[in-house]
Amino acid sequence: SCDFAAFTFGQKYMRSPLSPEMATQEVPLNETLAHLKTESETLKLKLEEERAKLHDVELHQVAEKVEGLGQFVMKTRRTLKGHGNKVLCMDWCKDKRRIVSSSQDGKVIVWDAFTTNKEHAVTMPCTWVMACAYAPSGCAVACGGLDNKCSVYPLSLDKNENLAAKKKSVAMHTNYLSACSFTNSDMQILTSSGDGTCALWDVESGQLLQSFHGHAADVLCLDLAPSETGNTFVSGGCDKKANVWDMRSGQCIQSFETHESDINSVRYYPSGDAFASGSDDATCRLYDLRADREVAIYSKESIIFGVSSVDFSLSGRLLFGGYNDYTINVWDVLKGTRVSILFGHENRVSTLRVSPDGTAFCTGSWDHTLRVWILMC
Amino acid sequence: MEKMIVAMQDPDMGMKLRNQRLLITVIPHAMTGHDIIIWLIHKYSVCEEEALHLGGMLVKYGYIYPLKEPRSLVLQPDESPYRFQTPYFWTSTRWPASELDYAIYLAKKNIRKQGELMEYEKERYSLLHKKINHTWDFVVMQAREQLRASKQRRKADRIVLECQEQAYWLINRPPGGPNSLQRGPGLVRGKLAINCCDLPSFLKYSEQYQNHDPIMQGCLPSNPWISDDTAHWTMNTEMVPVPTRLRVERWSFSFMELLNDAMGRQEFMLYLEKEFSAENLYFWQACEEIRHGESSKIVEKVEEVYKNFLAPGAARWVNIDSKTMDKTLEGIKQPHRFVLDDAQMHIYFLMKKDSYPRYLKSDLYKNMLAKAIVPQETKKSVFPFMRRQRHSSPSPAQAVAQATEEEGRHKGAG
Repeated sequence: SCDFAAFTFGQKYMRSPLSPEMATQEVPLNETLAHLKTESETLKLKLEEERAKLHDVELHQVAEKVEGLGQFVMKTRRTLKGHGNKVLCMDWCKDKRRIVSSSQDGKVIVWDAFTTNKEHAVTMPCTWVMACAYAPSGCAVACGGLDNKCSVYPLSLDKNENLAAKKKSVAMHTNYLSACSFTNSDMQILTSSGDGTCALWDVESGQLLQSFHGHAADVLCLDLAPSETGNTFVSGGCDKKANVWDMRSGQCIQSFETHESDINSVRYYPSGDAFASGSDDATCRLYDLRADREVAIYSKESIIFGVSSVDFSLSGRLLFGGYNDYTINVWDVLKGTRVSILFGHENRVSTLRVSPDGTAFCTGSWDHTLRVWILMC
Repeated sequence: MEKMIVAMQDPDMGMKLRNQRLLITVIPHAMTGHDIIIWLIHKYSVCEEEALHLGGMLVKYGYIYPLKEPRSLVLQPDESPYRFQTPYFWTSTRWPASELDYAIYLAKKNIRKQGELMEYEKERYSLLHKKINHTWDFVVMQAREQLRASKQRRKADRIVLECQEQAYWLINRPPGGPNSLQRGPGLVRGKLAINCCDLPSFLKYSEQYQNHDPIMQGCLPSNPWISDDTAHWTMNTEMVPVPTRLRVERWSFSFMELLNDAMGRQEFMLYLEKEFSAENLYFWQACEEIRHGESSKIVEKVEEVYKNFLAPGAARWVNIDSKTMDKTLEGIKQPHRFVLDDAQMHIYFLMKKDSYPRYLKSDLYKNMLAKAIVPQETKKSVFPFMRRQRHSSPSPAQAVAQATEEEGRHKGAG
């Protein structure tokens, strides 16, 4: 039942063991497993040694002579109240002022964040709506969560019409939906799921166009690449891996594994040449796709809580991270230093997105609210 | 550096260029290393040592390249011939040297020299082959196409272009090692050792976009979230009578920036129409609609594309190389979402390499830039966070609903 699932999910994300039968196997198999584990650890260490020999340069070293950033003035400019429980996800509309947000209580709300007016509200048939996205046209939203589905709701302007009536069920996974995103049009949706896969769907027919297998555990996040050949995306999972996929073939073309825990969020650098990740290991990292390696790590001894969500400022100079200790840390992407810490939320920050024109950024929190922030150099 | 280079090429006071002999070919507009040094000594009243150092820098950064030993980026104070690099290839030029471009360049070299690339080039070629294997057919086809086009040029021109291109890639993808030089923004000084990686590109990108980042530089006339005034959004809607200056500047950052902006695309279309190559952009747009559109409409859309762009005698026939054309025509017998990908990429890169740079130099673009608005900064009121009336805006869903309603009415009336 939904309640039981919610309970186990509440502990952390549902993680299916690699094979339920393994627990009941005899000792020799466990020993082989332990042996393989040790071997894999040794190989990893060897890789790190070899890498160090290559004197791989880090981004902050290259940026040594770049002028540092001054003090920032920051302020919450809007507080959106209306959700009855934890806010789990949000997304901006291309018009730069509207947003959609989803919550644990099953509600999905569309706001004009500028006026703080609620424009639409949908009640999902399940709780924990972990994913929501705004369609590029601004005429629909997609959402899903513990129902294992991703559904598209066309936004009707008839105040009397029940949005749920026109709902279109698009994606079907075998476990919870963790993230969703429209591609360049309203016609295709990319999803990631607790079932360990990502998938590309045709909205009109609900047909599965491509599936992406390779993660060894729940996939928690995804982001589409802003490249000129426009055919790749990155995903992050509970297996600590970030994978880059070719949307045409379904192949995993690059994989990065340097985080020490679940990757909760991935976001492309605006040029598309790199992407940032945020993890339960309390760090954010930057991976360069051409160099095929990690080139920066954003961490501080005083930061010990996991990162739930990351996004870049328009120029890519700043990286925003929403953390489980209720704060937002702002990082200088080039120099690797923390330039600001923002307080305001009264519980975990679960989602964070910079607006399409970079004028502000919005956070959603377990304190039931969303906040729109401005930052000035 | 560029100011210096422009001065060197001044028709009156600049360097005297003449034809230089390179083996059996005569290269026009070249100069000797000795000439360069003498000019620098006279122009800047410096000693020979300093002129040699200065000239050496110009070569190291790719503004002047050697014709005789292209790999040796030094200035020889003798009769060795040099040439000015075309501005298209200047390292300060905004376009990032992409993996795809580099792969095409290496593929061309590979074909021309029949596999005799340098060691480090061979390594990178196979690395790229693995990394972008999914677009390798395209890479080879583009390389063949570019080689074919270059064969049609005069030998002297061809050699010059090859030298320019080679010089560009020697700067942007140096062989590596402790003495390789990378360029960063004005503030970064000194030499950096980098392993087959382009970290300075992050510095370059952030610097280029800094003025466009409202968080870093603010925005004009004001940030709507701070002032409660939506003028900034109104001035930057998709279609405006006159765009802002920052917006038009962004079109010059990369071809993708131009195409991603509806106004930019429209302007570019106008330009292409003047050049009688608008069919390229129409074709590209039609392919995009197939790639991102409904699955159910793929077959009919591919039909349309064939009729309008690919069929012999088509109204908007696109000039694709025969290999790609053959492959595409074969593929559309069983149409699917990605069947036009190769052809689309071919036309995209054609526009990017050819029409786009020329558009940026055209009067059309220059005029647009000149008349673009630079909004006045709104003076902050006495009470900076005084609440203004926050006006609502029509929902995007509303605009579409109205449009479909009107469409329906017209259809009904007809």
